[in-house]
Amino acid sequence: MQLTLEFGGGLELLCDSVKIHNVDVDLPAETQKLTMKHLLPWVRSNLIKERPEMFIKGDTVRPGVLVLVNDCDWELSGQLDTTLEDKDVVVFISTLHGG
Amino acid sequence: MEESHGGDKARSRLCCICNQRRPALRRPKTLQQICRECFYVVFEEEIHRVIVDNKLFKSGERIAIGASGGKDSTVLAYVMSELNRRHNYGLDLFLLSVDEGITGYRDDSLETVKRNEVQYGLPLKVVSYKDLYGWTMDEIVKMIGLKNNCTFCGVFRRQALDRGAALLKVDKLATGHNADDIAETVLLNILRGDIARLSRCTSIITGEDGPIPRCKPFKYTYEKEIVMYAYFKKLDYFSTECIYSPNAYRGFAREFIKDLERIRPRAILDIIKSGEDFRIATSTKMPEQGTCQRCGYISSQKWCKACVLLEGLNRGLPKLGIGRTRGINGDRQKDDQQIGVKNLQSKACESLDF
Repeated sequence: MQLTLEFGGGLELLCDSVKIHNVDVDLPAETQKLTMKHLLPWVRSNLIKERPEMFIKGDTVRPGVLVLVNDCDWELSGQLDTTLEDKDVVVFISTLHGG
Repeated sequence: MEESHGGDKARSRLCCICNQRRPALRRPKTLQQICRECFYVVFEEEIHRVIVDNKLFKSGERIAIGASGGKDSTVLAYVMSELNRRHNYGLDLFLLSVDEGITGYRDDSLETVKRNEVQYGLPLKVVSYKDLYGWTMDEIVKMIGLKNNCTFCGVFRRQALDRGAALLKVDKLATGHNADDIAETVLLNILRGDIARLSRCTSIITGEDGPIPRCKPFKYTYEKEIVMYAYFKKLDYFSTECIYSPNAYRGFAREFIKDLERIRPRAILDIIKSGEDFRIATSTKMPEQGTCQRCGYISSQKWCKACVLLEGLNRGLPKLGIGRTRGINGDRQKDDQQIGVKNLQSKACESLDF
């Protein structure tokens, strides 16, 4: 599945300072449905190059990291249960860097 | 069930304010689901209400906006210039930046502020540590290492902003401290037992008796909304962490606040409320505010902290003013400990000084 992943607010520093990543993510074999729950560990192992604890805490993003799916706050779409579709745009923004 | 495509994964389909458009975010303050357009309106109008209800500004005043190039000050500069126009505040707005002299950090963020100067049409004044104190942070770190460097930076920044504000001849300085920052500072001041700072850190205006009062128009504004606003409006801000800041102690408080927010977003406003409502026992001795005998800056000691630190640097004794060494104000140390004013040693980054 083709997705566009965008990192901002300092999170891009964890992935070689590249903000926008066009990626191809395999659907999980058991469900054939990609959710944010599947995407986060994929991002962690494929895109995050350093300090993963700035991005992930437990099984979700670190508190203070905002997530938008197609420019919509993921708190409105069920957070980890948000289902992703081909060509979706997922944005991660850290609020934790200086003001 | 097949979900249709593009931005409508939201379970409830419509904005609960306009009932017409799809919601774009959930407000932490109210848990309302609102669309982008309604968000802009409520975000800006709430700040307008805070400004009016607390009488933060008077028509005709010259106001400096402390601008670091980061998200909070960038959004503050944008919103303040919008509101000034829309509601005819009659304010003369300026951007005021401090150049600490940190290569690879402040030089880059100052470029952002210079773009903001053009984008928002606000005149910019930059004051540098090098000009004011004769030292850059790079030089200070070379001399003292990475321990206590944030103390120097925090003490110097506070004074640098005041000096810059005086040069601009402004009546007031507005800073971008947001609700999350203030909740965090309430907790830190409790953890440090710093009763003097605890009692003033929630004030929306401080230093009214001094030459340049400061105010915080974002006192009730959530960091999440500031970042969302900057993202939706595509505002140009800089988001790299200071290369010298270990930020450990404040970092823990910050993480704790964010954990709380996830469970119950109102917690942030409630902590601020708790901070406001603390009653300080009348038997608690507060440090007396006087003026520095050397530079005339506000100080509870013979010399202000900046002068003590600077004297240490210039005499090659950078530990002066740090920790429990007896120095210029040594005769006061005993009294300080009695009234519970701690030295600065255990404090991490002071960039959120109040």
